Amino acid sequence: MSESASSIRYINRPHPVTGVTNAKLGIWCFLASEVMLFGALFSTYLLLRTGSASWPHGPATLNVPLATLNTLVLIFSSVTMVMSWASLATGNFRKYRLYLGLTALMGCVFLVVKGFEYGHKFEHHHFPAASTFYAIYFTLTGLHGLHVIGGIAVNLYFLFRGRVLWQRDPERLTNRIECAGLYWHFVDLVWIFLFPILYLL
Amino acid sequence: MSGHLSEEAVKQHVRIYRRVFLALGALTVLTVAVSYFHFSVAVAVAVALFIAVTKGSLVAAYFMHLKTERKIVWGILAMTFFFFVFLLTAPSLHHR
Repeated sequence: MSESASSIRYINRPHPVTGVTNAKLGIWCFLASEVMLFGALFSTYLLLRTGSASWPHGPATLNVPLATLNTLVLIFSSVTMVMSWASLATGNFRKYRLYLGLTALMGCVFLVVKGFEYGHKFEHHHFPAASTFYAIYFTLTGLHGLHVIGGIAVNLYFLFRGRVLWQRDPERLTNRIECAGLYWHFVDLVWIFLFPILYLL
Repeated sequence: MSGHLSEEAVKQHVRIYRRVFLALGALTVLTVAVSYFHFSVAVAVAVALFIAVTKGSLVAAYFMHLKTERKIVWGILAMTFFFFVFLLTAPSLHHR
């Protein structure tokens, strides 16, 4: 069976009906489901907070400087992610690897900082069962952290398999990195809302 | 973003990414600085959410290329937004 007959259609070229590649349509549908997943938890947070007699003030309870650092780390990682795509779009594979490596590294930095925050909380016996606030705090940040781990795994795959994929089909790799980027930016976007809601308000 | 881009178009994108990065950094510092002012809960929530929505819009518009994205993607997002708002408001409607 030939390559064109066995592979998924409209990966590199936009589908004539939708105007976008099937891969991009797929990742946007996936992100829509992710919005609903986090949306349910944001709704839970809202209900718990408005329904409780008292709620801890974020800055007095959580580490704002560390979370600010993590916000900047994720924003920087979003820039390096989009720069890795731009590097591929201009045919510069060396820069692509550099930027994608930086993105994965920033993801790891985020998790390490988050690990310090969690460790500090556990030392003071602030577990998810400790209060309603900590229950929703650990659920939201924990689920977000799992998404960061997933993003790092995808980026590492494209980092180490990149050369083979680039030699096989450069255009396809560029499109795949754009889709991986859409997911990574979404993870950044979720944190942009989690940060003020949990830490600042 | 759909279709092929010229090298010059990509370079133009990169210049925008740098500006967006600076704007996101500045807005992050701003939202933390504002939290030190002792506003009422309503004002604090409004300011924090306004800055977060601005930052989120920048990420979506430029990094996720929504600004130049096709209608079908906008359609998916419009539908998602509708159900997202429903998720947020449904519990409070139930309590009335």
